[in-house]
Amino acid sequence: MNFEHLIPIFVSTVVAATPLIYAALGELVTERAGVLNLGVEGMMLVGAVAAFAAGIATGSLVLAFLAGMLAATAVSLLFAFLTLSLQTNQVATGLALTLFGVGLSAFIGRGYAGMPIERVPRLDIPGISDLPVIGPLLLNYDALVYLSIALYFALSWFLNHSRAGLRLRATGESPTVAHAIGEPVIVIRYLAVMFGGAMSGIAGAYLSTALTPMWVEGMSAGRGWIALALVVFATWKPLRVMLGAYLFGGVTVMQLYAQGFGVDVPSEFLSMLPYAATIVVLVIICRDPKTILLNQPASLGKSFHPDA
Amino acid sequence: MSLPERLLQSLWPFRLEKRTEPSSVMRLASPLIAATAMALTGLVVFLILGKDPMTACQVFFLKPLSTTYDLGELALKATPLMLCALGLALGFRANVWNIGAEGQLTLGAIAGSGIALFWGEALGAFALPVMMVAGALGGMAWAAIPAFLRTRFHTNEILVSLMLVYIAQQLLGYLVHGPWRDPDGNNFPQSKVFVENAVLPMLVEGTRVTAAFIVGLLLAVASWVFSTRSFAGYRMLVAGLAPQAAAYAGFSEKRNIWLALLIGGGMAGLAGISEVAGPIGLLQPVVSPGYGFAAIIVAFVGRLHPFGIVLASLLMSLLYLGGEAAQIDLQLPSSITGLFQGSLLFYLLAADLFITFRLRRIRRESRAVAGVAS
Repeated sequence: MNFEHLIPIFVSTVVAATPLIYAALGELVTERAGVLNLGVEGMMLVGAVAAFAAGIATGSLVLAFLAGMLAATAVSLLFAFLTLSLQTNQVATGLALTLFGVGLSAFIGRGYAGMPIERVPRLDIPGISDLPVIGPLLLNYDALVYLSIALYFALSWFLNHSRAGLRLRATGESPTVAHAIGEPVIVIRYLAVMFGGAMSGIAGAYLSTALTPMWVEGMSAGRGWIALALVVFATWKPLRVMLGAYLFGGVTVMQLYAQGFGVDVPSEFLSMLPYAATIVVLVIICRDPKTILLNQPASLGKSFHPDA
Repeated sequence: MSLPERLLQSLWPFRLEKRTEPSSVMRLASPLIAATAMALTGLVVFLILGKDPMTACQVFFLKPLSTTYDLGELALKATPLMLCALGLALGFRANVWNIGAEGQLTLGAIAGSGIALFWGEALGAFALPVMMVAGALGGMAWAAIPAFLRTRFHTNEILVSLMLVYIAQQLLGYLVHGPWRDPDGNNFPQSKVFVENAVLPMLVEGTRVTAAFIVGLLLAVASWVFSTRSFAGYRMLVAGLAPQAAAYAGFSEKRNIWLALLIGGGMAGLAGISEVAGPIGLLQPVVSPGYGFAAIIVAFVGRLHPFGIVLASLLMSLLYLGGEAAQIDLQLPSSITGLFQGSLLFYLLAADLFITFRLRRIRRESRAVAGVAS
């Protein structure tokens, strides 16, 4: 294996990590506001099928991504209404959202299985994208890859340096105190859930139009759950979400390339790798209960009722 | 009050008021309300799809109940749902969120099939009981992983049990594509057909329902006895309702977690082997259309109560059969079942709110008074 072989591996790692970044960063914002939304997998699937359908109908990828975002935000609103306005159990409602999303996407996507769609184009600046090594390594991705990195910087700034970000975090740490000093806790949480929904929608749209440009029932294959695990692994910090996502992208890709390089292990065992890695990583990070206690938003998963 | 808050209030001019005590009427009415709301949603969906809603409802909800064979199918499909949900409910009540029943079911199917394929003939009349035990042990072993990781390393059992679903499905895929594939099966990814003494006998002539349905009903009774009459069941109940009280009383949290996951896994494993040794009759790449996940809905709709779960599993089974009937008679995709299942749980969660809360309209006057006072 030489250097030329490593470039495609690096590139596929970045591409495989991108949907995880969107979904996990979105969920990170939701959780920093104190809401645990286990419906990421369902929202991703709804986003994926909506984007695919819109892409087929309009032929525009921009509209496809918008549709994916809108559809996933719409179902996240359902979750927000139940958990925030009706105070239902967040764990049960999140599971319901995933089950609903799986069903809804399969239902809508029925007629789209096997249809081809135009893949999100990769950046191609004449003269620059062709530069040796740097070109293929850094300058030849689709726009969503660059936007995901921009999203990381924007979110880091938002959470640590903006007033709105601090208000969001206050809501997640102690809704009672935030409410007492006049923060609209429920409104902030609605917005945080909707942001998580929109990002899951982009992640889903990326699956069905960029990663594998087609619609397959249940195509997210647990990525929504891996994104949830990533947030825990990242101890609710954006930088570590990025590192975690690239690590997982790497594991997913390794599994594909190992088959290509003739590693003599049945393909099913290689396909288990990302899921097994998720478990291993969770064990490493949760081993010391203090790590979680110190970093997890203090009100995560608990309902808040302003009058109580 | 800020502008967004005021906006939210004009869109939703209600306030939740806690009841002095939980309403026992609503506790039982809520699943019925949810089922009705789901059926109404179904009507709307049928309308949107351009089907006559009355015919569609008749096909979806009534046709699967019309013949003995159909009723047998209803019980047949309710069996794995019931078995999985009974186990999950015990855990949910103790605040242990095992959502990987689908994986435990798969491992149960694998473990039981191993016995059937390699020792099925040799064991003779003992084949079925040994397969059932192996299936339950397989499911337990798979559930022991999240139990061990949660009690030893504090990992979240939701994520671990779910990841193990995908791993279990790959393992099953490996076995039926590889070492357990029928050598005379034209390269189809499936095992040999089980020998006759390794297949569950039919319960009623002319139907496909097996003895596993009776086992499910008996386990529902056993589960009721366990949770209402045994000290272990009581400890789990307290752990769910009042974790601090449980800790103060010295009830071991670890023991509850282990118990909840092992029972849940064992029941799901039993469901798995009952499927492959029942209607399927061999091991194939897919042994369940998501029974393990649908069982989560069954557990909630059944109020986490064993007898409620029996009824809820029949309702959920009806949704599967309705989906199939709608596909054949109305050319609707059978995935409409998933849509109904998901919305049923949403409606239930919303209706459940009214067990502990009631909705009060925020009146304009009271808002005005509040404004003057401040």
